[in-house]
Amino acid sequence: MLDGVLAGLGTAFSFYNILMVVAGCLIGTLIGMLPGLGPMSIIAIMIPVAIQLGDPSSALIMLAGVYYGAIFGGSTSSILINAPGVAGTVATSFDGYPMAMRGEAGKALTIAAVASFAGGTVGAVLLFLFAPALSSVAVLFWSAEYFALMLVGLSAIAAFAGRGKVVKALLMTVFGLMLATVGESALFNAPRFTMGLLDLQSGFNFVTLAMALFALPEAIHLILDPSRGAAARSGGTDIKNLRITRAEARRIAPVVGRQSIQGFLIGVMPGAGATLASFLGYAVERNLAKDDERGEFGKGSIKGLAAPETANNAACTGSFVPLLTLGIPGSGTTAILLGALIALNVNPGPRLMIDRPEVFWAVIISMYLGNIVLLVLNLPLIPYIAKLLAVPRNFLIPFILFFAMAGAYIGQNNSTELLILVGLGVIATILRFADYPLPPLLIGFILGPMLENNFSRAMLNADGISFLWERPGTLALVILGIILVLLPYIGQFRAPRRAAQAD
Amino acid sequence: MAADRWIALGFLVLSLVYGWAAWNYPILPFEQNNPFKPNTLPMGLAVAGALLSLIILLGGRGDAAADTKGAQGLTLARLMNYAWGEALGLILAMIAYALLLRPLGFLLATVLFLGGSAVILGERRWHLLVPVVVIGAGSIWYLVDEVLGIFLRPWPWFLAG
Repeated sequence: MLDGVLAGLGTAFSFYNILMVVAGCLIGTLIGMLPGLGPMSIIAIMIPVAIQLGDPSSALIMLAGVYYGAIFGGSTSSILINAPGVAGTVATSFDGYPMAMRGEAGKALTIAAVASFAGGTVGAVLLFLFAPALSSVAVLFWSAEYFALMLVGLSAIAAFAGRGKVVKALLMTVFGLMLATVGESALFNAPRFTMGLLDLQSGFNFVTLAMALFALPEAIHLILDPSRGAAARSGGTDIKNLRITRAEARRIAPVVGRQSIQGFLIGVMPGAGATLASFLGYAVERNLAKDDERGEFGKGSIKGLAAPETANNAACTGSFVPLLTLGIPGSGTTAILLGALIALNVNPGPRLMIDRPEVFWAVIISMYLGNIVLLVLNLPLIPYIAKLLAVPRNFLIPFILFFAMAGAYIGQNNSTELLILVGLGVIATILRFADYPLPPLLIGFILGPMLENNFSRAMLNADGISFLWERPGTLALVILGIILVLLPYIGQFRAPRRAAQAD
Repeated sequence: MAADRWIALGFLVLSLVYGWAAWNYPILPFEQNNPFKPNTLPMGLAVAGALLSLIILLGGRGDAAADTKGAQGLTLARLMNYAWGEALGLILAMIAYALLLRPLGFLLATVLFLGGSAVILGERRWHLLVPVVVIGAGSIWYLVDEVLGIFLRPWPWFLAG
């Protein structure tokens, strides 16, 4: 293991890869700040560039930098203009924006950066400890367990989709799996379900799908609702003082400590992710606060700002655990990263640590580097980067649309890809209107080939579907998956009864 | 009927069509006796998709009425206030870009797309628009083609050698 760590250190600390981290963080912050572009769209836009880099370590290091930068950029727009770019930073605006209105925007940004840094750091250390242990268990898995594990992952994603959205999330997962069956597959002799179209021969392109699911609906939303962009120009974007006092640092220290661990653990669960971690972190800290401090929550409390910021960064790091050790993405963002890895001929999973230790460890180490870059480089630049918030809507939207199309076109040189993009983008926007969650669709799409592969091997070994109940490990995982899906409903059935008893 | 039910109906139809295609999928002779055929998973997916859409379609208020607000902030209630014309115009501009990109070459097509969509959004400050769009398209082409080395044909068909 030590050899792997050293190889990873060597890779991560090469001049070129440090440059990649810095570039990734800067680009991520710049774009992440723009209203309407979340980390998923930004990573999707950067994927052709990452693939062009060729080396999987550098590519993943840059994308991880983009991810962190984007989240930081999202926090910045939450604090400065109360327009969170992503759900994960909504809780940041509860106390961050009131602080900015009080003229303490600089202080709020510093607290956000320090809290993110601490959350990311603790997360990286825990990942360092967790991932190898989980990997060593996972190598014992056979294809039957893998298949069952993917079912668990997919049902967990649906189960955490939120109240009343479990069935919708499952339906989206199934739709994603359906899309994944289109085109050629390594398992079979002929392409499937191409409807005779030559362009579908090799299946849907995952970058196109990612753009269509995330970048386009966000852009179309921005077009449909002019008030969304308008907020950017009215907010107070002048940043004066970035300092925080020692007393303030001491007040937020316990919050940061608790939330880094809690956030990480939530992030490890598939489907839960940064959003849940940040809201839960906020709620827990408000309950733990003393009476006089609790009153400040929502009115510009530094604890209320530090809690979600720490938790969401720790959760982002935590979400890499299932990706790197099991090859199962727990969130839309890690699904996109998984797609990028597959495109670079790296197969994440328990074998990754053994076969490509330099990739595995370089990613973990570069996450840490990314956090440092954000703190020492991005934070001082924020007052200048924030000027970007003033870009008029008329110029912003065309460029966002263009970047989404460029992501799908560059590298493919196939303009039919653009028509598929627009078509799927319109469908995705309609799905968004009706509150269907889109990340499960992409996760299903990316896991589809792996799921079918393991399914077929397990079926061939057992000569039928009996492996589902004959192998104890598989059976346990299948039952866990079923429980996860039913769990939200058990709560629903019990709630009215409890209410009746209370009467 | 609420929007999410209409969509569930759409998915039900899709699942049935997909299931029909999977059922009739031509299995090659040597695949006949395999426990796992090219249409095994698709048929399972079709059944799952149909069942899930039926649950949404026929389900009580449970899933459908959970929240009308929409997590992403897009709400049907504000349907009337949205700028539909602009959105439609920009979608058409994207389709036009897809069709014209190869014949016109990257530079011209991109300048037209960026400029055109800004005009659709109401931009009329030509002295600002023209330089922004030309410099934008040019620098992106330079970055992608020259710096990253991903080939993008810059000129229209009649100039291509």
